[in-house]
Amino acid sequence: MRKILSLAVAVTAGLALAGIGQASAQEKLKAAWVYIGPVGDFGWTYQHDQGRKAVEAAFGDKVETTYVESVPEGPDAERVIEQLARAGNKIIFTTSFGYMEPTLKVAKRHPKVFFEHATGYKRDKNLATYNAKFHEGRYVLGQIAAKMSKTGTIGYIASFPIPEVISGINSLMLGAQSVNPDMKIKVVWVNSWFDPAKEADAGKALIDQGADVISQHTDSPAAMQAAEARGVKAFGQASDMITFGPKAQLTSIVDNWGPYYVERVKAAMDGTWKPTDTWAGMKDGEVVMAPYTNMPDDVKAMAQATQAKITSGELNPFKGPIYNQKGELVVKEGEVLADKDILSMNWYVKGIDDKVPGQ
Amino acid sequence: MLDAAILGAVLASVVAAATTLLLASLGELVAERAGTLNLGVEGMMIVGAAVGYATAYSTGSLLLGTLAAILAGVALSLVFAGLAVWLATNQVASGLATTILGLGLAGLIGSGFVGTRIDAAPALRVPGLTDLPVVGPVLFGQDAFVYASILLLIAVAYGLARTRAGLVLRAVGENHAAAHALGHPVRRIRTLAVMFGGACAGLAGAHLSLAYTPFWASDMTAGRGWIALALVVFSAWRPLWLLAGAYLFGAVSILQLHVQGFGLGIPSQLLSSLPYLATIAALVVISALKRGQGAPASLGVPFVPDR
Amino acid sequence: MPLKFERQENVSALRLAAAPLLALVFTLVVGAIMFVALGHDPIRAFSIYFIEPLGDVYTLQELVVKACPLLIIGVGLAFCYRANRWNIGAEGQYVAGAVLGSGLALATQGTEAGPWVLPAMLVLGALGGALWGLIPAFLRVRFGASEILTSLMLVYVAQLGLDYLVRGPWRDPAGFNFPQSVTFDPVAVMPLLMEEGRLHAGIIIALVAVAVATFVLGRTLTGFSIELAGTAPRAAAFAGFDEKRVTYGVFAVSGALAGLAGIIEVAGPIGNLQPSISPGYGFTAIIAAMLGRLHPVGILVASLVLALTYIGGEAAQISMRLPFDVTRVFQGTLLIAILAADVLVRYRIRRVEGTSHA
Repeated sequence: MRKILSLAVAVTAGLALAGIGQASAQEKLKAAWVYIGPVGDFGWTYQHDQGRKAVEAAFGDKVETTYVESVPEGPDAERVIEQLARAGNKIIFTTSFGYMEPTLKVAKRHPKVFFEHATGYKRDKNLATYNAKFHEGRYVLGQIAAKMSKTGTIGYIASFPIPEVISGINSLMLGAQSVNPDMKIKVVWVNSWFDPAKEADAGKALIDQGADVISQHTDSPAAMQAAEARGVKAFGQASDMITFGPKAQLTSIVDNWGPYYVERVKAAMDGTWKPTDTWAGMKDGEVVMAPYTNMPDDVKAMAQATQAKITSGELNPFKGPIYNQKGELVVKEGEVLADKDILSMNWYVKGIDDKVPGQ
Repeated sequence: MLDAAILGAVLASVVAAATTLLLASLGELVAERAGTLNLGVEGMMIVGAAVGYATAYSTGSLLLGTLAAILAGVALSLVFAGLAVWLATNQVASGLATTILGLGLAGLIGSGFVGTRIDAAPALRVPGLTDLPVVGPVLFGQDAFVYASILLLIAVAYGLARTRAGLVLRAVGENHAAAHALGHPVRRIRTLAVMFGGACAGLAGAHLSLAYTPFWASDMTAGRGWIALALVVFSAWRPLWLLAGAYLFGAVSILQLHVQGFGLGIPSQLLSSLPYLATIAALVVISALKRGQGAPASLGVPFVPDR
Repeated sequence: MPLKFERQENVSALRLAAAPLLALVFTLVVGAIMFVALGHDPIRAFSIYFIEPLGDVYTLQELVVKACPLLIIGVGLAFCYRANRWNIGAEGQYVAGAVLGSGLALATQGTEAGPWVLPAMLVLGALGGALWGLIPAFLRVRFGASEILTSLMLVYVAQLGLDYLVRGPWRDPAGFNFPQSVTFDPVAVMPLLMEEGRLHAGIIIALVAVAVATFVLGRTLTGFSIELAGTAPRAAAFAGFDEKRVTYGVFAVSGALAGLAGIIEVAGPIGNLQPSISPGYGFTAIIAAMLGRLHPVGILVASLVLALTYIGGEAAQISMRLPFDVTRVFQGTLLIAILAADVLVRYRIRRVEGTSHA
């Protein structure tokens, strides 16, 4: 026993010594990311990590990146963000809505560190926010779905009833109605961002109820595979999921965070960083459409034309006239819905035969 | 609102959804009947899913993948058995530790396979039979895992009730001191039971990553191992009740999605909680009707020969 | 198997103290192999896991903040587990307590309500947890339904209920329809103990819980009746202890403490109600209770050790880019080693001549 004890003491002492020699001066800019899921989710977190890799590729050894994955929203988030700030990171990206309050708190304590919070709305002198206009892509999906559907019913696998998801459903429906005013949509909430088997079940349930084009706002490719197996069409989410649905995928809305991350890290290096509120879309290359596949040429041409119009700003999915479910005019002819109203959307457009959860 | 074709498809989904749970809980049932409470099911499932997918992807063989998944489940179950059976540590803590270890190992094993896919395990097709309305897709259109789960269930039910080995296993679970006095190798039997549990959990993991959602993603079991554990309790440690429980849970999980599709405006959180509430309700009814048929008496109690 | 374990009745304090060290050595060896295999410097990894978090005031505070809910819940679970009642739904009781307590914070939001709000929230939190915990107790007493299953199922129900509230009726009206409540008023927030950092008054409550539980479980008739109900239910019945009362009692206590932990966490480090308010504290606390051998002081130590592995794991991700999965493997290995070492110091393994049934 004495031997074990002395060994333990020796090891502990060795550890302590090793710890001291670690701090070495580095001129690299340190950038860090906080992820809600594992980088292996092939969805939301995976795409943010692709963005981080783009930063590494762009700046090489001028930058040192780190990330912490699977950080639960709630009490743990603040500690992780604080640790990252203390570890000498100059710019920290927190990539889930639930990190908003913790990011704000830590930002106040570290005025010299730049913070960037994805999908939130609270900013500060050193806290910027950013998000992507995914609804732009959804409008194109809606048009394609209306052309491709034989049953006239789109199935929609939704995660949680937050504005981003609601506005996605509305935008898709407005796109569909622009082609066929009688299109129907069935929405199933799975109350999870990531539960492959449940997403597959939801996809099958929608197909069984007559939907023949499936759109999803959850992260795994499970629903795409279910569509492939059942011989219906589907849209991918977050990543290009063509591998999982070679015959099923029509296109995919790909989150492309790389350009934004590169730009912001550069700003941090140059000293030009400002606490901006960025809501980028197709124009900025943040919302990317995967190749249009498994559709006739005329549908493909229509999709490409719509995409070009949205990119140029000629077309806005939330341009009036838009009616809500009660038939009230919400956006007048010729006007467009303000960004803040899209970002806080909690109502469905006319033609959706369902209720927004919690309303 | 439902015609025969849809009904058949819905029931087929219910069976498929229930199969993962049935496989995992069947193994756990055997382990628990021998007196070991193994909370490592989730860990063994996810390791099975990861190793099964990695093997199937690398070799192109679903069969090899399935076998590897079973072996992986067994390997991790031996860690648990080493602790809980041979060192007589606390079973609850040992099982939870095994699950944490399993989740981590699975993530490391699977990290190289993110974003890849394989072809799903094929479903049976019998010309004529599979096309029968309703029963066709349910009975004759499933993948091999579904049939395997039913065969395993029959084997376990028969083995526990009618064979000498089953009798000994139950005796060990009911009263390990007496079984030991009769000369039965308690710890060896428990180890074998835990290994069987690990094999079944691995197989359940393979069902997820090779047939149900044929790809690998971290944490893809999403807590199904815990549901499997709950189902064993729900079944009152009886294989046939386990079948009923797994299918009931599968049915409620699938049907709540359908109810949403009809757009009735019921809060989805309420619908999502239905499988859990239904399980509680069913358990209460069963318990009230069949009082006194509870857990194996030695469940969770470590066995130390000279105690 | 020609090996035999001999339980030693009088284990010396030195031997017992050696258990964690033995576990540490084992973990270091296994961990070193893993780190080398993954191409990392093991010495540096160990230093980040175990030494650096203890190195400054800030991380020490964080250690306590992380351990606090584990400790409060774990102490409550000790009551249940000693009585052989298997409450594994502390996570749900934590949520129920957080919800009921927060209800008052939201109801008094923006009013002139005085400093009575926080204490009342704590009482409501404990009450909410106790009520949620009494459901499985009632179902067991009245219908004989297994509390293992019902308490676990109620976790999911509680979480979905919280989800409904923060996405619906309790949503911050100025929050752009995002799922979270308003940030609590200062009178509804746990006071901080130090000027910098997040150390809050919850730890005092936790330490009081440890002291009271140590006394009740070790020195009182109630504690004795719980112990007896767990180890010798028949003797307990002969002695006149009511089995039902024990069931209700231990579930009420463990539910109340879990609910208290929930409202402390929400009114403390979090500051408002959101869909996810626990990184699995209710489940991790089971490990803490077991590692602490169901003794409140043991649970205190176990909670701190568990908290250390989380914080060390995050530090390892940050400074060494070790993936989270490595942390989980490391954590699992450490837990397994502690469990095994704890046994090995209490038993003497001996080779036995001839054959013996294992």
